Amino acid sequence: MGRLMKYLKDYKKESVLAPLFKLLEAFFELLVPLVMANIIDRGIKGQDVGYIWKMGLCLLALAAVGLLSSVTAQFFAARAAVGFSTKLRQALFDHIQELNFTNIDRAGTTTMITRMTSDINQVQSGVNMVLRLFLRSPIIVFGAMIMAFTIDVKSALIFVVAIPLLAVVVFGIMMWTMPLYKKVQANLDRVLGITRENLTGVRVIRAFHKEEEEEERFRGYTQALAHSQTFVGKISAVMNPVTYVIVNGAAVALIYTGALQVDSGRLTQGEVIAVINYMSQILVELVKLANLIVTITKALACADRVAGVFEIRNEELPDCGGAGSGTGHFAKEGSVPFLEFDHVGLTYAGAGAETLHDMNFTVNRGETVGVIGGTGSGKTSLVNLIPSFYPVTQGAVRLEGADLRELSGEQLRSRIGVVPQKAVLFKGTIRSNLQWGKPDATEEEMWKAIDIAQAREVVEGRSGGLDADITQNGKNLSGGQRQRLTIARALVRCPEILILDDSASALDYATDAKLRGALKKLEGGITTFIVSQRASTIRHADKIIVLDDGQMAGIGTHDELLRDCDVYREIYYSQYPDERLKAAKAAGKGGVRNG
Amino acid sequence: MAEQKAEKSRPGQAATLKKVLNYIRRYWLLVGLSLILAAVTVVLTLYVPILTGDAVDLILEKGKVDFPGVFAIMKKIAVAVAFTAAAQWVMNTCNNHITYHVVKDIREAAFHRLEELPLKYLDTKAYGDIVSRVIADVDTFADGLLMGFTQLFTGALTIVGTLIFMLITNVPIALVVVCITPVSFLVARFIATRTYSMFRQQSVTRGEQTALIEEMVGNQKIVKTFSREEAVKEQFAEINGRLEKCSLKAIFFSSLTNPCTRFVNSLVYAGVGIFGALLAIRGGIRIGRLSCFLSYANQYTKPFNEISGVVTELQNALACAGRIFELIDEEPQTPEADNAVVLKDAKGNVKLENVYFSYVQERKLIENFNLEVKPGQRVAIVGPTGCGKTTVINLLMRFYDVNSGSIRVDGTDIREMTRGSLRTSYGMVLQETWLRSGTIRDNIRMGKPEATEEEVLQAARAAHAHSFIKRLPNGYDTVITEDGGSLSQGQKQLLCIARVMLCLPPMLILDEATSSIDTRTELRIQNAFATMMEGRTSFIVAHRLSTIQEADIILVMKDGNIIEQGSHESLLAKGGFYANLYNSQFAG
Repeated sequence: MGRLMKYLKDYKKESVLAPLFKLLEAFFELLVPLVMANIIDRGIKGQDVGYIWKMGLCLLALAAVGLLSSVTAQFFAARAAVGFSTKLRQALFDHIQELNFTNIDRAGTTTMITRMTSDINQVQSGVNMVLRLFLRSPIIVFGAMIMAFTIDVKSALIFVVAIPLLAVVVFGIMMWTMPLYKKVQANLDRVLGITRENLTGVRVIRAFHKEEEEEERFRGYTQALAHSQTFVGKISAVMNPVTYVIVNGAAVALIYTGALQVDSGRLTQGEVIAVINYMSQILVELVKLANLIVTITKALACADRVAGVFEIRNEELPDCGGAGSGTGHFAKEGSVPFLEFDHVGLTYAGAGAETLHDMNFTVNRGETVGVIGGTGSGKTSLVNLIPSFYPVTQGAVRLEGADLRELSGEQLRSRIGVVPQKAVLFKGTIRSNLQWGKPDATEEEMWKAIDIAQAREVVEGRSGGLDADITQNGKNLSGGQRQRLTIARALVRCPEILILDDSASALDYATDAKLRGALKKLEGGITTFIVSQRASTIRHADKIIVLDDGQMAGIGTHDELLRDCDVYREIYYSQYPDERLKAAKAAGKGGVRNG
Repeated sequence: MAEQKAEKSRPGQAATLKKVLNYIRRYWLLVGLSLILAAVTVVLTLYVPILTGDAVDLILEKGKVDFPGVFAIMKKIAVAVAFTAAAQWVMNTCNNHITYHVVKDIREAAFHRLEELPLKYLDTKAYGDIVSRVIADVDTFADGLLMGFTQLFTGALTIVGTLIFMLITNVPIALVVVCITPVSFLVARFIATRTYSMFRQQSVTRGEQTALIEEMVGNQKIVKTFSREEAVKEQFAEINGRLEKCSLKAIFFSSLTNPCTRFVNSLVYAGVGIFGALLAIRGGIRIGRLSCFLSYANQYTKPFNEISGVVTELQNALACAGRIFELIDEEPQTPEADNAVVLKDAKGNVKLENVYFSYVQERKLIENFNLEVKPGQRVAIVGPTGCGKTTVINLLMRFYDVNSGSIRVDGTDIREMTRGSLRTSYGMVLQETWLRSGTIRDNIRMGKPEATEEEVLQAARAAHAHSFIKRLPNGYDTVITEDGGSLSQGQKQLLCIARVMLCLPPMLILDEATSSIDTRTELRIQNAFATMMEGRTSFIVAHRLSTIQEADIILVMKDGNIIEQGSHESLLAKGGFYANLYNSQFAG
């Protein structure tokens, strides 16, 4: 919570004024028993009707002034709490936007979403409650004690004993239950987990006929949840009765000392009533406080979770490319390779071993580079280094001779178009999605990109054309349609480098082939990286990089690799068993058939 | 949308309440005890101020203090307080127990229904919505129920009790209190109705913001890829600004309730003070009783305020309960007949006769589909993306029932078998890999919990999963989080294959079983599959045509329909859709 306090800084005035007006309200409220004591002692005993009316009006005035200051306090509290959470939410969102890929992996998206939404809401109501009510209770409690002192020191001493006792009970129970509430939350998480699991895995569970077993498991979890809830409930339930006993015990003591004091003439009857009144005011406040404590406890836990996201910082990591100052200099065209991987190694943060080892190759402008390899061989990791999504941990990647680490994000990423594995579109229209690639794209540029991406029929098939609605995540399109539009999105900025990360997997072979044909025909020469598991997709590339368990198993053209690279041969023939036979026959005649 | 549903369920509120009471009835003993204790607590709490007042009356002035009397009353107070505290604690504990167990029962009922709902229902519902019903809605309901239990009853009792006590003690002053207090109720009502639209506005804006967060944070990498951070931040700031405005309004105006009712409270207090004092001058009331009245004035209005809060809370809880019961009352899949056949050691003769099926009535899908598969035959299902290959699997596994016609396994209609026995006769590997949270071993053993360690290892080796499992930090005891967590898609698929390899049912369904596995490993797995498929009827869905050439029957699907059917050679010779598809693989 403490770390989040800085977002309250702009609301200093409000955060001070809200409790201040609360204090004022409490003060007026605390005057009430005194006035009442006067009514009894002077009005009733003195048979003074006029005085009673005067004091009665005084009570009404106190109520009115109390209302006024209370409303003012609520206003400032609401402003501070809402302002605080607005600032916090924006700061958190901005912070997440700045995280690099390594940290996005580390944080996990689902928890970031819950922290941004429900956790912050909890914190907001916590702050509001603290400003409005939580401070009121101590004010009333201590105020009542001070007022008691003004009436009678001996009676006030009972307050001095009772209040710390109450504090011990209230805070003791709070401290005791706080970790227990966390346990309840963890148990609830498990119930949530199994519910979600049973929905996402419904087919598998039913295929294995596990319904009854799952119900058994679920019962176990809810049992544990109910158990932990009842346990913490039992402890929390102690608070009210115990405080009730303490306060009333104190009241009994007050009656006794009051009796003694009155008997010796140091107190009046009205004053005894006033002191007892103060004690019951404390009780009322404590009951309110008990209800609040759950809210506060929850808010504190949530604040911890929110602060956890702020703790993820990019600086912990070695310098990542694209974050540089832009001091890198591009060499003259032709004097150096367009793109160069110079003995590059990559180790992900927290991983034990290198994911990529000694990647060493150059690519010329306009070339098509295929990247192929087995599951987990590092294909995506390799292409992710080009836009500097992850920092290189060995060697260097250079674009036109400039180390990527010295380039700014703008210098680097504006020249690259990426089509990620997961085809995601955003809520809006087809047009607004294409504008992600180039905010000021013209209609003509858009259609050109759409044509290359073989997406014309997708766009024309929807009413509204470019202005057709896209729902969240593009759910109103099929996987293949989405994929084609994500390709168009990458192409609309006319990138110098295009990265297709297994992007054609949802396309059928025919469309895939047409797409590659259209890319080839592009004028100006676009340097294309195609990651794929299908040999057919990359066999016509100028260069094919074969990856095997993070190592470069080979680089070259299809024919060269078929001749020299075992890994590639194995991959290729596994997809074209017929070719293996033909090749075997052809080998007898001293030549390799050109696919 | 949630609000729309709430509106809709309003007429059904009584019905919902009845259902809730049905769940509570199981705990009637505790409920009874709780109610009795509540009554005891209220009576005692009301009695204490009277005692205190009586004591004050015995403390008149200097030298006029009745000490023995005061002591006697002090003892009485002590006893009353002790009883109240004990009763309160037991009552709270009872209420906790009732609430959390009712909630547990409801959750279990909901989950039970979940396991029985037809896939037709589950496939069309957003999982998030169902999860939020089982978790969040039940929680809100629990809060409301607990609050209702502890406050509604005691609140009402306190009001009635106070009224009775006051009327007994002094009718005129009681009337003053009775006249003023409803004002507080009205004020609370007034504010609640005025703020309703503000809260709606707030939740609408909040929903908009959550959607943006889900979309952008959920796809953070893409946002970064296109350097859209600044644009997205601005979009967020705009919504955030609007949210701030309407939140401020909603929160401020709703927070007026408390000061306003407290003001009314003070009015009551002042009224009792003035009126009581005037009465006391004429000797109409003793001073002690007046002080007792004053403390009642404080207590009396409190439950009024609380009840108005409880009523909204309860309405909210009922709305949530309505959403849960909507799920629980959803029609389950057709129950199995008592004499349903248990399919045992199926030979694998599968016969589809005149099958008609469609997900929605208006859009026809599979029409008059006939197919006979002899034991041990291999059936391949091919076609472009989204052509409905999975539909066939849905029918074979009886995830969906056919509209007309029949599917028979070994001569028996699958609708006359137990679902469990039919489904466990198939070994299924799906494209969408799903693993449960737990250890790797538990996942492999899912279909055969009694499998020995040796069998598990053997299955893992056959699926080529053994080597990567051994490299995991804890080997077979590595705990994987929900849905596989850190494993790659390919590794997850290998585990799903191992899972089936272990239990080896008589028939197989492989839906793009190797789509995420690299081709070299795939080749090796194919060998394992080949041994596995030996003598087993199998249905294979695949993208890679090369992997299905050896099938006995190939079903070619397009737009949900089966358009061609035959062997590889005969289909190629036919020169139709399949031939086209096959050739495009080699077209550069």
